[in-house]
Amino acid sequence: MTQVAEKLHPWVSAARPVAGPRWLQALRERGTARFSALGFPTVRDEEWRFTNVSPISNGDFRPAGPSPVTLNRLAQFIYGDAAHRLVVVNGRFSPELSRLDGLPQTVRAGSLAGVLHGGQQEDSDLAQEHLGALADVDDRAFAALNTAHLDDGAYVFIADGAVVEDPLQILFVSSPDAGSGAPVSHPRLLVVAGENSQARMVETYVGTGGSYFTNGVTEVVVGEGAVLDHYKVQQESLAAFHIASMHVRAARSSTFSSHSFSLGGKLVRNDAIATLDGQGAEVTLNGLYLADGERFVDNHTTIDHAQPHCPSHEIYKGILGGTARAVFNGKIIVRQDAQKTDAKQTNRALLLTDGALINTKPQLEIFADDVKCTHGAAIGQLDEDALFYLRARGLTQAEARDMLIHAFAGEIIHRVKVEPLRLAIETELYAQLARDLAEIDAA
Amino acid sequence: MLQVKNLQAQAEGKEILRGINLEVSAGEVHAIMGPNGSGKSTLARVLAGHPEYEVTGGTVLFEGRDLLEMEPDERAREGVFMAFQYPVEIAGVNNAYFLKAALNAKRKHHGQQELDAVEFMALIRERAKALDIEQGMLNRAVNEGFSGGEKKRNEIFQMALLEPKLAILDETDSGLDIDALKIVSHGVNALRSPDRATIVVTHYQRLLNYIVPDYVHVLSAGRIVKSGGKELALELEQKGYGWIEAA
Repeated sequence: MTQVAEKLHPWVSAARPVAGPRWLQALRERGTARFSALGFPTVRDEEWRFTNVSPISNGDFRPAGPSPVTLNRLAQFIYGDAAHRLVVVNGRFSPELSRLDGLPQTVRAGSLAGVLHGGQQEDSDLAQEHLGALADVDDRAFAALNTAHLDDGAYVFIADGAVVEDPLQILFVSSPDAGSGAPVSHPRLLVVAGENSQARMVETYVGTGGSYFTNGVTEVVVGEGAVLDHYKVQQESLAAFHIASMHVRAARSSTFSSHSFSLGGKLVRNDAIATLDGQGAEVTLNGLYLADGERFVDNHTTIDHAQPHCPSHEIYKGILGGTARAVFNGKIIVRQDAQKTDAKQTNRALLLTDGALINTKPQLEIFADDVKCTHGAAIGQLDEDALFYLRARGLTQAEARDMLIHAFAGEIIHRVKVEPLRLAIETELYAQLARDLAEIDAA
Repeated sequence: MLQVKNLQAQAEGKEILRGINLEVSAGEVHAIMGPNGSGKSTLARVLAGHPEYEVTGGTVLFEGRDLLEMEPDERAREGVFMAFQYPVEIAGVNNAYFLKAALNAKRKHHGQQELDAVEFMALIRERAKALDIEQGMLNRAVNEGFSGGEKKRNEIFQMALLEPKLAILDETDSGLDIDALKIVSHGVNALRSPDRATIVVTHYQRLLNYIVPDYVHVLSAGRIVKSGGKELALELEQKGYGWIEAA
């Protein structure tokens, strides 16, 4: 065994699930094989140029075991009364913490393991059809690693024409278990939104403390004419590693909108990949992240225009403090057939300290000739002229600064259509910022 | 109200004000005129506390207190208001929200009760009408997408709300058409009172037809080279600045 393979071996051998239907076993085998072949990415990989994952690859991790978590402990992460919620703890669906009885009959949701090991034929067919079909298991090492361990997580299947009024929250929790060393979990989420369905969902990643590694994969199939409003909130513990990718395929005339809020974690990589796979599909990928202290936050997005007449919108904003590092890479692909594409991308970062650093790159790959693609990037400190203007009207330096920072973040936060979620994000972000600014003022 | 003595200031190592002496009493309107580059906008900004300028000498007393020792926001709360030559666009900050924060910062400073949303809206509705400020301008981000005239009207609107003791208008007339000029002048005149003073910085005499000054000072190369009554402005209009600079 080579040295590299030896190092990778424990990641795919230990306690790997083996049960399940043949297709699932084959899929896991594929994940195992691809992860073993690819290995952990290094900074020599273009997609990971600025993101060093050696704290993960060299870390002492072991599969997370069960952990008793009370609903009380999670209260702060449940938005409003979250009429419908799916809770997954350490990669395992928790029926006790979930609340699904109020779901309309047009929505089936619950434990992915339940679907993989039995359940209705219809559901297991959907799982077989879509799991691994979007996640690019062959080329993405972390998705392959997740797939090698694929056994549980959550699924949401929305019937054709269904309109789900209340948002559905899917809460992924990492919680210390009985073992020693840092636990790793590989949560998986599969969402299939049927034709002309409408729904709103919030995907939340949280931890109850300590160091751990969450390696998540989400696959979202948006059917013809469907409207899906999606939010991701990454609020892991501050010592946690979070690597997660969301893979979306939007069919003809569908609308998929996603807002990502990255507020926690020590080393974070969010990948959002959306393919506009039918005429008239519309995709929005917006994001807001806070990187302070010594944290590292990387957002990679890909919007793949595969069909003509599709608009896409993207605004990513970051606030950086301390000696934090951030990466934004926004790829837009316009394939040869995708004429009349209208793609807009904006990316801004606000640096609160001299020690913070961001590497940002728009990456446009355009193979069609009749398209509109615009992109803009702006990195900088708070606008001195604006600060003076506000102070000249009587606001203190601190008040003026707060007003400008809140306005900067507000452009993304105000787009959240789930009010309790919007309030929770504001509260968390502003509390963290207040601590950061107090530190800056004290220095 | 304001005593400026031998004020000297520089920006980026370049000396701009070279010893300004100026005394403004309550109830008075002073016009500061002068050619481009004479330092008249610098004087306005130094009085407002703009961080770009470094005061290298002289003193400024505002109601007997050392103005130069005060932070810009303290000057504002104490009643010094500068209408910006180039009002800054502030994305994402709602104009009405900003005005309320500014007004309440001042009220709090003076031990007055802060206005709630209802009281505030009633007040701005009343003041907005006089300055032809439409509701839309209040709901937009501060100055964002405003026309030049709208920005200037918004400045005077802020002034009308904050009711400063000393108002400094920094080339508020530049870029205004005659209708906007009248509206702005009306706003300034409405605030004239025996307790307040106004400094009007302008390149042209035109504005002074509407805001009639008690005194006119001509600035050249960072010094006041001539002072007089309102007729001095007319003289400048006819003869230009050349005769003063040559003198």
